[in-house]
Amino acid sequence: MDSNKQYHNLGDKPTRLGFGQGLKEAGQRNPRVVALGADITGSVNVNLFKEEFPGRFFSLGIAEQNAAAVCAGMALSGLIPVFTTYAAFSVMRTADQMRVSICYNNVHTIIGGAHAGISVGPDGATHQALEDIAVTRSLPNMTVLSPCDANQTHQAVIAAIEKINGPVYIRFGREAAPNFTPENTPLVPGKGQCLKEGEDITIIATGHMVWHALQAAYTLEKDNINARVINIHTIKPIDKEIIIRAARETKKIVTAEEHQVTGGLGAAVTEVSAQNYPVPVKITGMPDCFGESGEPKELMNKYGLSSQNLEKQCRIMMEQTP
Amino acid sequence: MSVRDLEKQSMRIREWVLRSIAEAGSGHTGGSLGLADVFAVLYFQILRHRPEDPSWAHRDRLVLSIGHVAPVLYASLALSGYFPEEELLTLRKLGSRLQGHPGRDHGLPGVELSAGSLGQGLSVSVGMALSAKHLNTDWRGYSIHGDGELQEGAIWEAAMSAAHHKLDNLVAIVDRNHVQIDGYTKEVMEIEPLEDKFRAFGWEVLHCDGHDHAHIRSTLQNAPITPGVPTVVIAKTNMGKGVPHIENDYRWHGKPLPKKELESFINALYHG
Repeated sequence: MDSNKQYHNLGDKPTRLGFGQGLKEAGQRNPRVVALGADITGSVNVNLFKEEFPGRFFSLGIAEQNAAAVCAGMALSGLIPVFTTYAAFSVMRTADQMRVSICYNNVHTIIGGAHAGISVGPDGATHQALEDIAVTRSLPNMTVLSPCDANQTHQAVIAAIEKINGPVYIRFGREAAPNFTPENTPLVPGKGQCLKEGEDITIIATGHMVWHALQAAYTLEKDNINARVINIHTIKPIDKEIIIRAARETKKIVTAEEHQVTGGLGAAVTEVSAQNYPVPVKITGMPDCFGESGEPKELMNKYGLSSQNLEKQCRIMMEQTP
Repeated sequence: MSVRDLEKQSMRIREWVLRSIAEAGSGHTGGSLGLADVFAVLYFQILRHRPEDPSWAHRDRLVLSIGHVAPVLYASLALSGYFPEEELLTLRKLGSRLQGHPGRDHGLPGVELSAGSLGQGLSVSVGMALSAKHLNTDWRGYSIHGDGELQEGAIWEAAMSAAHHKLDNLVAIVDRNHVQIDGYTKEVMEIEPLEDKFRAFGWEVLHCDGHDHAHIRSTLQNAPITPGVPTVVIAKTNMGKGVPHIENDYRWHGKPLPKKELESFINALYHG
């Protein structure tokens, strides 16, 4: 990924659509890929796969715990199952099945977490998964992917199926969001991406927040604050090297995620920094509270998940930590 | 194998269950003894498997959903030739391939699934049976369940899905001993009417005396009765079978026999 170019929105596109298209493409390349659904197949865009390969789609009904463990049985039998539903259910409802049947057995299974984050909007707190990174990140053997836009989500599914041989969780959103990374750029699991160079401070972001981080950095540049922007699309295993380098070279880090401030990207970055090159870290995210109904943009602004707030947090840190 | 030989294998399984748990100093004695006859019939008669080639693609898959009775699985595997019998004495010890609940990551041949959190094995078996159909292979899935385990809601999600997907290549076996750790199943949480429940979920229900080798064998050989319908075998067993001192006493669900009495119990196993 190029850190010298300015990224532009190629057009808003929901990451879930990128997921559906990536799944279909991976399915075309490998007949062992099968998909499991829990009733909301269209909503999570798995219908693209289902229509192309009706014989390779299995409906399991609104019974996520069963579906997760069924995946383990399929993976042990030589298939590559992809089970997708809202992250609020695919992760939180199935935590024990993910832990024992999937992760302890270390089977190649892809769990898709759609509608993650507060940008789910009007559905409100029950459907806004804000704890899924914390849960999946703590499971041994699990890889956790959190791509930043639709193009990257497309690539994340392909990487999960073709480059990883174990359990993978892929987190993505519902709303149309800026699609800004170049098409057909393979995702390298475990490799962070520097999207903008900078020496004064680093913003490390994941998911939808990467775009906001870039906007904040571009604005700060007008005031001669050079913020580095790093996209962490693989939260586990995390790219320690890129974080340590940012800590050493910029001395200050602000993190951004549509997730609770406990246990998510910010926590992962802090763990790396604190143990290798301690620097101040400001974690932005949901402040240990449930979400609520509202339009996605209103909610993002209310809870500080915006480029304006990231810009503000960077300025505060620049003042506090010369 | 003759019924008499199957009975002999059951005794050897029981002896190893007792020895391995006594050596470990902890473990689930009651359920492991109670399932010894079912396991002898499965491993020495019913299952299509090759102990010398544990990952043989055409083998039947046996999933032990109740991982806590691992000792009966381990004894059956060792006696089938998957690994040396002496290794059974490493049960639950640091570095052993014989984990307290089966763990594939420790590399014990013949273990199909790491399991122990109750209520997940039927779903895994559904996944295996679905895969067998999808891949046009003819191996069958067997999953072993406790009766107390049926209190887990996920079991019924799995049951619903097995019937929906017409998995007649799946046989679930319920160890119906009426006992769980806190006491008698009907007091902890009643699961009856069990047959009606499975029938309502679209399953064929068979019964057998879980200590009558000929009956276990003929029942398992009869499945599936109806094409497109999964089968559950409710095997009536006595927890702790073979050791009169502990039989059907729920206090022996999860603990070992005193080591100093081991030889007398083993003697009683063989001579009644």
